[in-house]
Amino acid sequence: MKKLQKTDYIKMYSFMLKIRRFEERAAQLYGMGKIGGFCHLYIGQEAVVVGILMTIDKNDSVVTTYRDHGHMIARGLDPKRIMAELTGREDGYSAGKGGSMHMFSKENNFYGGHGIVGAQVPIGTGIAFTHKYNGEKNICRTYIGDGAMNNGQVFEAFNLAALWKLPVLYIIENNKYGMGTSVDRAAAGLDLYKRGEAFGIPGEKVDGMNVFSVIEAADKAGKYVREGNGPYIIEVQTYRYRGHSMSDPAKYRTKEELDNYKQTDPIEIVKAEILKKKIATNDEIEKINKDTLEEIKNAAEFATNSPFPKDSELYTDVYL
Amino acid sequence: MSTEILMPALSPTMTEGNLSKWLIKKGDTVKAGDLIAEIETDKATMEVEAVDEGVVLDLLFKEGEANIPVNKAIAIIGDPNEKVEVKKEAPVEKIIEEKKIEINIETKIENKKDDIIDTPSPKIEEDTNLSSAEITMRQALRDTMAEEMRKDNKVFILGEEVAEYQGAYKVTQDLLQEFGKERVLDTPISEHGFTGLAVGAAFKGLRPILEFMTFNFSMQAIDQIINSAAKTLYMSGGQINCPIVFRGPNGAAAQVAAQHSQDFSSWYSQVPGLKVIAPSTPYNAKGLLRSAISDPNPVIFLENEILYGLKGPVNSDVNFSIPIGKANIEKEGKDLTIVTYSIMLQKSKEAALRLKEEYNLDAEIIDLQTLRPLDTETILNSVKKTNRLITVEESWPFGSVGSEIANIVQRDAFDYLDSPVIKVNSADVPMPYSLSLEKLYLPQVDDIINAAKKVSYIK
Repeated sequence: MKKLQKTDYIKMYSFMLKIRRFEERAAQLYGMGKIGGFCHLYIGQEAVVVGILMTIDKNDSVVTTYRDHGHMIARGLDPKRIMAELTGREDGYSAGKGGSMHMFSKENNFYGGHGIVGAQVPIGTGIAFTHKYNGEKNICRTYIGDGAMNNGQVFEAFNLAALWKLPVLYIIENNKYGMGTSVDRAAAGLDLYKRGEAFGIPGEKVDGMNVFSVIEAADKAGKYVREGNGPYIIEVQTYRYRGHSMSDPAKYRTKEELDNYKQTDPIEIVKAEILKKKIATNDEIEKINKDTLEEIKNAAEFATNSPFPKDSELYTDVYL
Repeated sequence: MSTEILMPALSPTMTEGNLSKWLIKKGDTVKAGDLIAEIETDKATMEVEAVDEGVVLDLLFKEGEANIPVNKAIAIIGDPNEKVEVKKEAPVEKIIEEKKIEINIETKIENKKDDIIDTPSPKIEEDTNLSSAEITMRQALRDTMAEEMRKDNKVFILGEEVAEYQGAYKVTQDLLQEFGKERVLDTPISEHGFTGLAVGAAFKGLRPILEFMTFNFSMQAIDQIINSAAKTLYMSGGQINCPIVFRGPNGAAAQVAAQHSQDFSSWYSQVPGLKVIAPSTPYNAKGLLRSAISDPNPVIFLENEILYGLKGPVNSDVNFSIPIGKANIEKEGKDLTIVTYSIMLQKSKEAALRLKEEYNLDAEIIDLQTLRPLDTETILNSVKKTNRLITVEESWPFGSVGSEIANIVQRDAFDYLDSPVIKVNSADVPMPYSLSLEKLYLPQVDDIINAAKKVSYIK
């Protein structure tokens, strides 16, 4: 497994915390009517993207679902501009034209943010195709929700990726529910990571509440893909504390179930490890907490003060 | 500093809520993420979390209080040593006002001025670089793809049977031999998957040419074409374009019946973000396909199986192109205008000959070449001259390209019209199999002549 430095622990803790504080603030702005439409929060799933990102090359590409805020933060994108996209302002990553579900940063090889369940899977496979076509050593990480694992195009993409040995790492974020339908009510066969078996794609299941398990699996899978062996599937078992979107009270699951997952909170796990290993003191952690809260507060401030797009922007960016 | 906790909007439609339960009390210390209250909305009862940190200084509503407007302060947290100041005015109105921003721009679907292409479509009659030999449309398409693949390594082709089989309709003949299997890829019968893959490749900078064996199968992939290829430039605020050509035969072939004989011209022409081209001759197929491959946007290139064998001269300059968005005045005339595209150009030309011979009507024929962006200027100028218009196309009648042209002409050239616009379309039914019914379904020369007589008030 990848050897973690002391700074890695701090980095992981900071990013996971930043995602959580960002999402909480987004929920607040949504409540104030500053954010509209659909808004899907990543709270509870922070260890997934942060763990995966500890193992990658910066020229790798990534594509994900509409639950994308955390993915952008973990990639080091500016929370101010992410929040400004959520508020639909001109400083947003998509200049206010995409919103929560459709955010992109080409310069950071971040290809969205896709609103259609499953559609990002062939797209990510095509980005991986491009890496191979261009003779690059990079891979495309393609995130898939558990809900999309019953969607036909996902299997078409698996087939193509295996057939053409494309450098794509599929990461199933299994947060147990596709909107309000639990995985066992949607999927015949609960081992989603085995769904590539028919195509010869290896898969494995990982505890997604524990960032260290995620790193270990991602490191191994990333190497496999980067060495030209074709695609690989990681199924990360995770949990979203919030409903599917802002207007979902999540009545389809019990409070006990939620509380149970909160016992294995991904951020607390890293924090405990930092204290145990004496990488930082409680005071130092507190400082990170305060700084993070401040940074996100500033992001919200920025996002609510950034101007709305100009009327003339309605007609731009339709064609290049 | 103290912070107000406001009644949150917990759904896009919520305007007020009921405070079902407090989960905190005065004097409690709350941290970001702590649950503070249960709020009943128009849809459900939801828990609310704290975002800021501090000591609960005051709860402004009691449990059970109802109809509390969104954005009204319900609690105050902060430093207990600080004086509390409750702002009387809740910022509700302000927010509603912000949401009411109205954009008073007239809905326009034509090109804006800046987009109008000034280069006219080249005229075959005036082309000094015309090949002496006549080639088929199939070969014109093939040659253009090969020429562009030689110029740019990023251009590649994928589709069903495009490589080893040499193309289901032989449009990709010998491309595998010249460019190899890395750039000429046979796909499985998996339109949804390989279309999404090609769109992803285009986002990442390649220039795919995707062949649909026929456009009927593009319906399997239409989500990727519209939701991904056409919209991402806009949704990304101009960051990610999609330089891809979707090409293949469109419309009826011969007796392949309902599922294999459909015209998609108006379907795709409706979508902002796509360009749509429908060539009618080897000459314009060559010039237009080159423009399509070089274009940085997604282009739908609608060929026609019956036209693949049509022979004609071409301009063999490897840089010859016809601009997207320019119609060609195929034949000038003064008595009426026939606007058409793709295979219906041939039938319109036949009809024009007979109209001259039998009724002494001199028809002007406009071959659209590009359906989106539509060359409205050429259409309007012609109507202003002839005062009569018929549209001829193979698509179903409801909401067709002709319907949009009729709309534009009645709006912008109403005073010039001497008769209502008449559309000639296929029958409004699924394509039948039987030869006799198929003929009845498709627009025929007689249908065009009858429409021309009608707009000319000839019995």
